[in-house]
Amino acid sequence: MTDLDHIRNFSIVAHIDHGKSTLADRLIQETGTVKDRDMKEQMLDSMDIERERGITIKANTVRIDYVADNGEAYVLNLIDTPGHVDFAYEVSRSMRAVEGSLLVVDSTQGVEAQTLANVYHALDADHEIVPVLNKIDLPASECDRIAAQIEDVIGIDASQALRVSAKTGEGIRATLEAIVHRLPAPRGDRDAPLKAMLVDSWYDAYLGVVVMIRVMDGVVRKGDRIRMMQTDALYGIDTLAVLKPQMVPIPELGPGEIGVFTASIKQVRDTRVGDTITHEKKGCAVALPGFKPAQPVVFCGLFPVDANQFEDLREAIDKLALNDASFSSEMETSAALGFGFRCGFLGLLHLEVIRDRLEREYDIDLITTAPSVVYHLFMKDGTVRDLHNPADMPDLTLVDHVEEPRIKATILVPDEYLGDVLKLCQDRRGVQLDLTYAGQRAMAVYDLPLNEVVFDFYDRLKSVTKGYASFDYAMTGYQEDNLVKMSVLVNDEPVDALSMMVHRDRAEMRGRAMVEKLKDLIPRHMFKIPIQAAIGSKVIARETLSALRKDVTAKCYGGDATRKRKLLDKQKAGKKKMRQFGKVEIPQEAFISALKMDS
Amino acid sequence: MPLPSWWRAVLPEDWEEGGFGLYLHWPFCQSKCPYCDFNSHVSANIDQDRWAQAYLGEIDRIGALTAGRVLRSVFFGGGTPSLMEPALVDVILRKVRATWAWANDIEITLEANPTSVEAGRFAGFRAAGVNRVSMGVQALNDADLRALGRRHSLAEARAAFDVARGLFDRVSFDLIYARQDQTPAQWERELREALAMAVDHLSLYQLTIEEGTAFGDRFAVGKLHGLPDEDRAADMYLRTQEITAAAGMPGYEVSNHAKPGQESRHNLIYWRYGDYAGIGPGAHGRLTVGGQRMATEAHRAPAAWLEQVEQAGHGESLREPVDGQAQLTEMVMMGLRLHEGIDLARLGRLADRSGHDIYSNINGLRDIGMVDTDGGRLRLTEQGRPVLNAVLRRLLPD
Ligand SMILES: Nc1nc2c(ncn2[C@@H]2O[C@H](COP(=O)(O)OP(=O)(O)OP(=O)(O)O)[C@@H](O)[C@H]2O)c(=O)[nH]1
Ligand SMILES: C[S@@+](CC[C@H](N)C(=O)[O-])C[C@H]1O[C@@H](n2cnc3c(N)ncnc32)[C@H](O)[C@@H]1O
Ligand code: SF4
Ligand SMILES: [Mg+2]
Repeated sequence: MTDLDHIRNFSIVAHIDHGKSTLADRLIQETGTVKDRDMKEQMLDSMDIERERGITIKANTVRIDYVADNGEAYVLNLIDTPGHVDFAYEVSRSMRAVEGSLLVVDSTQGVEAQTLANVYHALDADHEIVPVLNKIDLPASECDRIAAQIEDVIGIDASQALRVSAKTGEGIRATLEAIVHRLPAPRGDRDAPLKAMLVDSWYDAYLGVVVMIRVMDGVVRKGDRIRMMQTDALYGIDTLAVLKPQMVPIPELGPGEIGVFTASIKQVRDTRVGDTITHEKKGCAVALPGFKPAQPVVFCGLFPVDANQFEDLREAIDKLALNDASFSSEMETSAALGFGFRCGFLGLLHLEVIRDRLEREYDIDLITTAPSVVYHLFMKDGTVRDLHNPADMPDLTLVDHVEEPRIKATILVPDEYLGDVLKLCQDRRGVQLDLTYAGQRAMAVYDLPLNEVVFDFYDRLKSVTKGYASFDYAMTGYQEDNLVKMSVLVNDEPVDALSMMVHRDRAEMRGRAMVEKLKDLIPRHMFKIPIQAAIGSKVIARETLSALRKDVTAKCYGGDATRKRKLLDKQKAGKKKMRQFGKVEIPQEAFISALKMDS
Repeated sequence: MPLPSWWRAVLPEDWEEGGFGLYLHWPFCQSKCPYCDFNSHVSANIDQDRWAQAYLGEIDRIGALTAGRVLRSVFFGGGTPSLMEPALVDVILRKVRATWAWANDIEITLEANPTSVEAGRFAGFRAAGVNRVSMGVQALNDADLRALGRRHSLAEARAAFDVARGLFDRVSFDLIYARQDQTPAQWERELREALAMAVDHLSLYQLTIEEGTAFGDRFAVGKLHGLPDEDRAADMYLRTQEITAAAGMPGYEVSNHAKPGQESRHNLIYWRYGDYAGIGPGAHGRLTVGGQRMATEAHRAPAAWLEQVEQAGHGESLREPVDGQAQLTEMVMMGLRLHEGIDLARLGRLADRSGHDIYSNINGLRDIGMVDTDGGRLRLTEQGRPVLNAVLRRLLPD
């Protein structure tokens, strides 16, 4: 138990790849929290998928003991956050558990879209912000210019910005001192009834549900009976621990402290991030305000390849949702794909990450259908409906008009690529709201339809700017437009999982791109297969996949019987990666790949 | 309903529909051809007496398992069996004769490479009892023979072939087509020449790039050029069928052509899914023992096989039952290669026994014109033949 004056809680925030996780490594290392020989790069990025992609997806907390230059011992709770826009919810949520932020800015890159977005989140959370200029070891580092840029663009004082290299460790000691002296200590009342914020929770194969909390008031101890205020669920605390970063048991947690507990929680739905935890008896009266729920903006269907895995998928989704409050799901049935779930995500990377985690961590092969946004259907009878799935689009004669979600997109890009960016936005039906320059960088603000962005806008943006553009967006509202449902027919049968909403003016182009892609994605069959895109009954694009002409093994004698049989078995197993539509087999990846546009 | 056990003795066993044959593998060649993934090895000193003892021991062993059967065929395959001493072939065939009753029209084939060295042994093979040779001619021009890594010229091949034709009634030869840079017109000319040479049987294989061969390695790194695409390969295949049929040597199997009645009886045993014993390094067998169909496999490395036969009294590396579904798969996979197809009643017995319904799949394939079931036999249509693998994927139970 540490007194409040000697606790500092902070998050590390930045644009993607500016070095948050590496900085966390150095703070952990410098304070001896983890022995040098146990250190590895970005050690908090513990998921396979984080390590593979080199990005942080989940916020991670570590408790560090630090003896400052003044000789006093401090407890620092650090939360490393993700930088990608899709995980902004994770950042803003984490910020609620701490009092300050280290705002890391890559001193070779400067302020990017997510730098700005994070500053707004931090201000929202009343944080003290300490700017950190990172990567000063690189020759391209320009600390003075970037400091000026921070003051210009963000409007915070950068004269005291720390200058560090998270790679070499330069400036780390000064960072630790700044954390102690420039960030505020938490406040709280040890004698008040327990009031703790449920910050995060996850499922651990050995421990079951693990809940992370930040204690605001009161003290929680092992064995205590607690109540989750939103769900009214009651539990007894089995274990109480802090993360260093592995769990280290601790007898109690007092105000200002961050830790985890397990409580034999069976109902994963009982743990809601943002909930307030108090004692069963003599609990606190008023709950914390909780978190604003995340609004999923991209939806897609997830179906098990093997229909028998539907229940496994349900369970896996429940467990993952525990760890990721920003993802929603409800059951869905598709004529083509059977039973599955319609899931909502904060963006495409988020979608990919969840799909990957379901496949890897729970060993379920999935088919993912085309991502879609939520449309508002204004029906002729005066009612308004939400459309999450283009396949559910009612008959056009019943619909008066359709509204689609729009976003305000902020794009920062070096001058030389501005033209390409403007063209991309134009092509995607964007309306320019603002265009300003800061040095050699332009900031373009666009009003864009979300449905033009969800799929591959970010990929395209990266490719036309060679990775130099950064992008952030926020939903702004709904607007009417001429939107129609485009369906896809393979061998004259509609494939519901491929239907999509498109702007009427873009329909031919998308339809053409779609059928051409499908023609490449679907393997030749024993017969020729027409592939069509249609609006209602009007075909707008058509391709024909010609029939397979030759697939026969030239030699097959006695010695080949076993080998060839095994080969055939393997091919048939490969068939399971396909979905049957009438007589046609469509490979799973086609459902996503067919939608990627090359221009 | 399960049959009462006494029925077993009365009903013919399934393998009998295909007959019984013996395959002997000689694993040595003078050099390794770059396309070939057969179990063949290049070795300087081969103690043929030691090999003789091993083969004889294996024949005894298999003979005991298959006592009382009538042998329809013996096949010396390789590798290059024409490198065997005629004396070795002779002792083996004597042993075979002493072990099984022979069918009146027993076929005894030996695979031969068409070089002068080997042609010199042909008379000896004939004297030992060989009555059919199958020669690996592969191409009818020297440039392509070189590209295929063959050690013989066209002239040598023709000479060897003439020697064989003079000695044996039944002579077949192999050609590999759809080679690198081969145009359909070139192949057509070559095929017509081949038909002019042919005696009663021809094997015409499209070049297959096999993993683990020199061609396979070159292909994997994108360095094997000039191979036909699917359309061209299909065209060449169809043209081959037309030309051979018009010349009186129609295809009777995917890659095999014969004058009616001159089909390879040995290979028919495989395709009709009969029983066959496999002796020698890497040889596979299918043997029904005590009502159970078994798959056998022998050690591939010549030295390992030889040692195991000498020390353990058998050369097998694997012997396992072939379950109902695997049998069904094999029967269909092999049987549909033949133009005659598969007897539906026989197929039905096996499918029922292994609890699989394949009729709906058959109907689906018939609807799209890939198979027909006329006359109580399941066979590929002309359309289905070039896409047999796709048909199999559709037809067989998962
Ligand atoms: N040269 C140099 N490279 C650095 C420094 N800090 C981080 N990097 C490198 O920058 C890249 C991104 O670092 P991360 O720590 O993963 O960045 P992040 O901000 O955590 O990224 P996200 O979690 O994906 O938003 C890695 O390749 C690091 O090795 C630094 O001070 N100097
Ligand atoms: C066991 S092999 C050859 C026997 C003999 N050693 C010879 O080379 O003449 C049987 C036949 O299979 C054919 N063959 C081998 N590998 C092949 C491949 N990769 N593609 C097509 N045919 C092949 C050749 O025509 C060869 O003659
Ligand atoms: S093709 Fe014949 S000679 Fe060439 S390696 Fe294969 S078995 Fe030996
Ligand atoms: Mg990170």
